[in-house]
Amino acid sequence: MPNGNALKYTEKEIWNFLSEIPDPEIPVISIAELGVLRKVEIQNSKVVVTITPTYSGCPAMKAFEDDILKMLHEKGIENPEIKTVYSPAWTTDWINEEALIKLKNYGIAPPIRGTEDKGVLFGSTIKTVNCPRCNSENTELTSQFGSTACKALYRCKDCLEPFDYFKCI
Amino acid sequence: MTLNEALINYCLRLGDSSLILGQRMAEWCSNGPILEEDIAMSNIALDLIGQARTMLSYAGELEGEGRTENDLAYKRLEREFFNNLISERPNGHFGDTVIRNLLHSAFYYHLYSALTKSSDKNISAFAGKSLKEVTYHLRHNAEWVVRLGDGTKESHDKVQQSLNDIWEYTEDLFAMNEADELLISELISVDLITIKPLWDKTINEIFERATLTRPKDAFMQKGSLNGMHSEVLGHLLAEMQFLPRAYPDAKW
Repeated sequence: MPNGNALKYTEKEIWNFLSEIPDPEIPVISIAELGVLRKVEIQNSKVVVTITPTYSGCPAMKAFEDDILKMLHEKGIENPEIKTVYSPAWTTDWINEEALIKLKNYGIAPPIRGTEDKGVLFGSTIKTVNCPRCNSENTELTSQFGSTACKALYRCKDCLEPFDYFKCI
Repeated sequence: MTLNEALINYCLRLGDSSLILGQRMAEWCSNGPILEEDIAMSNIALDLIGQARTMLSYAGELEGEGRTENDLAYKRLEREFFNNLISERPNGHFGDTVIRNLLHSAFYYHLYSALTKSSDKNISAFAGKSLKEVTYHLRHNAEWVVRLGDGTKESHDKVQQSLNDIWEYTEDLFAMNEADELLISELISVDLITIKPLWDKTINEIFERATLTRPKDAFMQKGSLNGMHSEVLGHLLAEMQFLPRAYPDAKW
């Protein structure tokens, strides 16, 4: 059932407050900065929020949905619809420059632009990932799969700290 | 068979193959040979189960009888599953797992690449998303196969045996039925005959680097399109479906 409350806000205003919701795993960046929040529309007085997963099995998707519903509820917007879309497929290119710096300061090496791991097989993954702690280039890949689906595991050979790298897809 | 029935069948095949291999990979959780690999296998399980959710939800939607992704995953019997036979093969030792996963991921890498051009926008979106994930899986599996195949005599002999043992299940990947004919004519799916040479090229390159010998085609298993499986699927489903069947109203 449509409700009048949605009309209290414009699409832009709703986008703005939803943009403040932090990523549940990486709280220094928001769901808008991450690129998971795609679109906010008002259709016949109903708020429709479109999101896309980083990875098909990303367990945070439920948390994203719950956080969005909670925020809308707090703003008095009832019966919203959340749509999940898979196309265009999420890419790390949607993470803006400001968010890349936030990631680095948080201790996660940000994705390196233009180094999308398109090569399928051997020898295509050689790239320099700077240690987010000491900035050394002397690092090595431990595993393509890290603590969450979107990260790879690296090790710094200078400061000897392990760290996460936000992998490019 | 109507076009809608064909598409439902196709979605179940894609969804079930991801779901069953995803469940196999989840069996590795906490049993990996090293911590990094344990994490990697759980990550792969997660990607596969995510892919399965997309396809099973879509199959339920097309069916229009209110069955959800959970109903399809947890409330169907063995003969109603259409996963390809290779995805249900048991994990065995780590070498058995990486060989199975290599053959599987090389197939889906090429299939999803082709399906990104599907005239069905849900299939093409699914393929585009899944392709990014399976690219990582394929590379990961290939690296392990090379490391083990071109490793010590023992590791080489073990994975060669793994390859010999599973080979008879590979032809089933390329099986097609009436649904394929309909979907190919509508440009929704692709003729798997076109995927075969691409798959061959990828795995042959890896076998060469891994110093492994490609087994000769002999007796080849088939039957997944008719829901014919080996007994291992029943055991897998018994574990996977236990909770929702024992407690049908359970919520979390």
